[in-house]
Amino acid sequence: MSAPAKNPAKIRVATAWLDGCSGCHMSFLDLDERLIELARQIEIVYSPLVDTKTLPEQVDIGILEGAISNEDDLARAQEFRRRCKRLISLGDCAVTGNVPALRNHFKLADVIDRAYRETVTLHPQLPTRDVPALRETVIPVHAAVAVDLFIPGCPPSAETIWHVLGELLAGRTPRPSDLTRFGA
Amino acid sequence: MPIPAPPTNVRVVTFQIDGRDYSAREDETIIEVARENGIPIPSLCYLEGLSTWGACRLCLVELAGSPRLVAACATQVAEGLQIYTDTPRLQRYRRTILELLFAERNHVCSVCVSNGHCELQALAQRYGLDHVRVPYRHVAYEVDASHEMFRVDHNRCILCTRCVRVCDEVEGAHTWDVMGRGSDCRVITDMNRPWGASDTCTSCGKCVQVCPTGALVKQGTSVGEMTKDLHFLPYITRRRHNR
Ligand code: SF4
Ligand code: SF4
Ligand code: SF4
Ligand code: FES
Repeated sequence: MSAPAKNPAKIRVATAWLDGCSGCHMSFLDLDERLIELARQIEIVYSPLVDTKTLPEQVDIGILEGAISNEDDLARAQEFRRRCKRLISLGDCAVTGNVPALRNHFKLADVIDRAYRETVTLHPQLPTRDVPALRETVIPVHAAVAVDLFIPGCPPSAETIWHVLGELLAGRTPRPSDLTRFGA
Repeated sequence: MPIPAPPTNVRVVTFQIDGRDYSAREDETIIEVARENGIPIPSLCYLEGLSTWGACRLCLVELAGSPRLVAACATQVAEGLQIYTDTPRLQRYRRTILELLFAERNHVCSVCVSNGHCELQALAQRYGLDHVRVPYRHVAYEVDASHEMFRVDHNRCILCTRCVRVCDEVEGAHTWDVMGRGSDCRVITDMNRPWGASDTCTSCGKCVQVCPTGALVKQGTSVGEMTKDLHFLPYITRRRHNR
């Protein structure tokens, strides 16, 4: 799908998952054969679904799955905002914080203790390298950067994603609430 | 609910809703007339068959010539009123009220027993609420699972007091009441003792059935499994009325 930009008219789309379960990306893949049709109109320039390792300078549509839970999530959301003309929050974790935000009821130190000490039987230790630091509070994407379109759902169905992208590509502003809701 | 024959001294008045003419008995409320005529006005605390509470403010409507918004569930119709139920201002306020409800306690629809069968969730979708603009409070509330059949999860409670009213007015047990102020406000059972230790609760389940959210549910329900049935209520109240 990451074909080089032969066709400059194609809409450039980037996606990332922050603190989510990847379910929203799986729902995107559930578009099945419609992905082929989509590939005629869009080019995926950056995503966990393709090989590119860096986010290009200019992107038409950025899609974020997942809440902002650690410093890396925040940096990526900010980078997406800077480089994407339109930014979409895809799924309840990005839109509300959802399940990742359940940990906000506990102190961060207790959460880390629970995950890395209490529940580990062999050599419990705190990660110090290669793991971004957790932030005290999990927040939805729009609590950190401006978001242009919200698609609730856990995950939003392939139908919903198809409809929303179709409307955007046709130059219209979709109303996701016609098809989806919190917890859908 | 079909209203029993009017006492002779009740007048019939004419008025407009959204530019159309209607007439009704002067002791009917705006929301009753709207429901009878299929005009949608959102509500959470109002429930046909229970007394009026007027707390959620979702049913606010505009009256021509008045800067004040009024609660349709707590305002009677009157001769010549021009009522507007769906102006941009009302849509904005309703959306904001719903956002505040989502931000105040902890609504995680994807893992809620009432997912797909919740009045709050359905209203959010109907009013295009696709994100909450105010910060979430993220304060944990108690869950009381001491009753052998039911459970109360205060994280999902919107303080509509339907449970309080149905238990008092229909079941006659008055197990529920309200305690505390502001964000500490919550519904309690029997002088704030665990529900399971209640001497007054008859385990009739009426409170569970009328609760609009996933706050009152049956034990043993998992995500999305809790469906509610409100039909008993107009039935009981109509039978009583007719006596
Ligand atoms: S009570 Fe309703 S709005 Fe709240 S989490 Fe459950 S389904 Fe969602
Ligand atoms: S089960 Fe019946 S008696 Fe018990 S609290 Fe609920 S409404 Fe009241
Ligand atoms: S428990 Fe349910 S019925 Fe009772 S006040 Fe809370 S939301 Fe309303
Ligand atoms: S329904 Fe009228 S104030 Fe709640």
